[in-house]
Amino acid sequence: MLYINNLYVKIHGNLILNGINLKIKPGEIHAIMGPNGSGKSTLSNVLTGNPNYEIVSGDIIFEGRNLALQNPEERALGGIFLAFQYPTEIPGVSNAYFLKAMLNAKRKFCGFPELDAIDFFKIVKEKMSILKIEESFLQRNVNEGFSGGEKKKNEALQLLLLEPKLIILDETDSGLDIDSFKIVSTAIDNLKNTFRSFIIVTHYQRLLNCILPNFVHILQNGYIVKTGPRDLAAELEKTGYENSN
Amino acid sequence: MLKELIQQDYPYGFVTDIETDTLPPGLDENVIQYISSKKKEPSWLLDWRIKAYRYWLTYSGEPTWSTVKYPKINYQDIIYYSAPKQKTKFESLDEIDPKILDTYKKLGIPLTEQKKMLNVAVDAIFDSVSVATTFKHRLEKAGVIFCSFSDAVQNYPDLIRQYLGSVVPVNDNFFTALNSAVFSDGSFCFIPKGVRCPMELSSYFRINSAKTGQFERTLIVAEENSYLSYLEGCTAPMRDENQLHAAVVELVAFENAEIKYSTIQNWYPGDKNGIGGIYNFVTKRGICRGRNSKISWTQVETGSSVTWKYPSVILQGDNSTGEFYSIALTNNYQQADTGTKMIHIGKNTNSTIVSKGISAGNSTNSYRGLVRIQNAAENSRNYSQCDSLLFGSSCQANTFPYMDVHNQNTCIEHEATTSKISDDQIFYCRQRGISSEDAINIIVNGFCKDIFRKLPMEFAIEAQKLLEVNLEGAVG
Repeated sequence: MLYINNLYVKIHGNLILNGINLKIKPGEIHAIMGPNGSGKSTLSNVLTGNPNYEIVSGDIIFEGRNLALQNPEERALGGIFLAFQYPTEIPGVSNAYFLKAMLNAKRKFCGFPELDAIDFFKIVKEKMSILKIEESFLQRNVNEGFSGGEKKKNEALQLLLLEPKLIILDETDSGLDIDSFKIVSTAIDNLKNTFRSFIIVTHYQRLLNCILPNFVHILQNGYIVKTGPRDLAAELEKTGYENSN
Repeated sequence: MLKELIQQDYPYGFVTDIETDTLPPGLDENVIQYISSKKKEPSWLLDWRIKAYRYWLTYSGEPTWSTVKYPKINYQDIIYYSAPKQKTKFESLDEIDPKILDTYKKLGIPLTEQKKMLNVAVDAIFDSVSVATTFKHRLEKAGVIFCSFSDAVQNYPDLIRQYLGSVVPVNDNFFTALNSAVFSDGSFCFIPKGVRCPMELSSYFRINSAKTGQFERTLIVAEENSYLSYLEGCTAPMRDENQLHAAVVELVAFENAEIKYSTIQNWYPGDKNGIGGIYNFVTKRGICRGRNSKISWTQVETGSSVTWKYPSVILQGDNSTGEFYSIALTNNYQQADTGTKMIHIGKNTNSTIVSKGISAGNSTNSYRGLVRIQNAAENSRNYSQCDSLLFGSSCQANTFPYMDVHNQNTCIEHEATTSKISDDQIFYCRQRGISSEDAINIIVNGFCKDIFRKLPMEFAIEAQKLLEVNLEGAVG
């Protein structure tokens, strides 16, 4: 599904990724761990096409297509979803309006008719009940004045609405209280199946206890220093990154 | 000079009717007399024009207190009288510049209307005359007078004499003096006591709807217990060979009357480098004369290279209400200096100001507003909100709120925000499959939605599309 070959990436002239290699098959769950500044967020951003990041060399192939040739919206419509570490606020734009635009962009791309307000509310309310999100959520502006937990819940809701193929969770578990954490893991549980893949960027064991990754990669200084089975995460939690080389 | 012109032989051997009706450039009292006599105006109106002209001569120049900058205007280079021109007729839309048609399509303007605006022969099915006649009949039945200003001077001279210049005096400013001296035509609207105007009046549907002139004059009077919603302008890009526009609009509302005046201004803004474009120097003012009267200005300003405009309300009647809702969008090298004045004179008067400025490119967008509470305006309130949205870092947004309060027993609130459309916001939307252009539209519509709600439904949809078209390519 995703094939990253010897990838070098710069941001503002600084080389951050120094030769990443990664292969993800359908249905696989990969955890990426590593100290701050090791390039974890850069990887999320470059996969989704953030224009601030520049690919110096190497390839990213998603379902046989070269991602470097696609703009961010094409990648998103193709099925790549990033749950942001710090979701952006969009003042003045209601969540309902935004979610509907998002869902209809996807439907249009897939050749389905766009949803009207009534059908949209039916779908969104169903997803909201799975996540136990109250209805007033829709009337509020996109992420404006949301607590950290609410922002992550909003990401989870979008995830459920779009049902993407490749899901990148960028430290989605950071700063979550227990309730919000449960909601986010419910969303992920709901989406797990044999063809959907996950990249989970995290510092903690907590989320990995719920999602159970097939592989754990340790990212340091811009490349993967170690890959192992899920036990590697537990091991890391005890020993830290110092001993992982 | 004028005599010479009229008497001289036309050097090219023949004269068409149209050309004999056009004066050479330049302005003096003879020109004003000529305009007045061509329009068969009563002598009091000629005197009024001459008086205005003499005021105008006493000004040392245009007002200089705003932020707008433009090359010096030579008032002797302007043609002050020109009979309606025979425009080139086209047989079909194929003969029109595809770029213009593309813009119309984006705005969703029906084909028949496109043809009408571009002066293309209209299919027999669409009989614009009969549409106009139907409306005219409905209005007459209700007792509403709605006609061109020139017709009103002929048919309702007493009403014109009573109200003309009663809200905006001729010597209000440089441009009002000029307009009063040389105005060509405009609209007149009179809603008698107790009448609720049965339809939204649009200058577009005006009988004899001549193209808006360079020096337009609008006068609207709403008698006791009447109501009117008036729409000015349209979303289609308006081109005009006259670079200077100096219009005057006067509104009078008596006891319990309400006037809702909505404008969409989309004059040619100049090209990407700021070359060309209309200079729009407008004076709009309404007076709430009676108790419980209400005047509401709503404007969507996207056009003109220079906009200088402050639709205002004088709150004279006790318990009267003034409102100003504005969206001003500037792109490329456009400059807008716009806002309002709320003058509270009566007791318990209320005013609301909501201004949304959107600046892109290298443009400058300023809100300038005055809230004055006079001594006697006991228990008055004002609420002002001025928000600016910026695209990129080459544009400018300014806010100049002036407050002048002479009564302690009043309440004034002012809120202002400035935000920038960030790359993060755009990327967030794109990551959800929404293109950058749609992302911008979503953000801009969210920013403006409070104002869209104030516009009549159809106008609101058009205005929304208009903003989209004007912001195309505003972000990389």
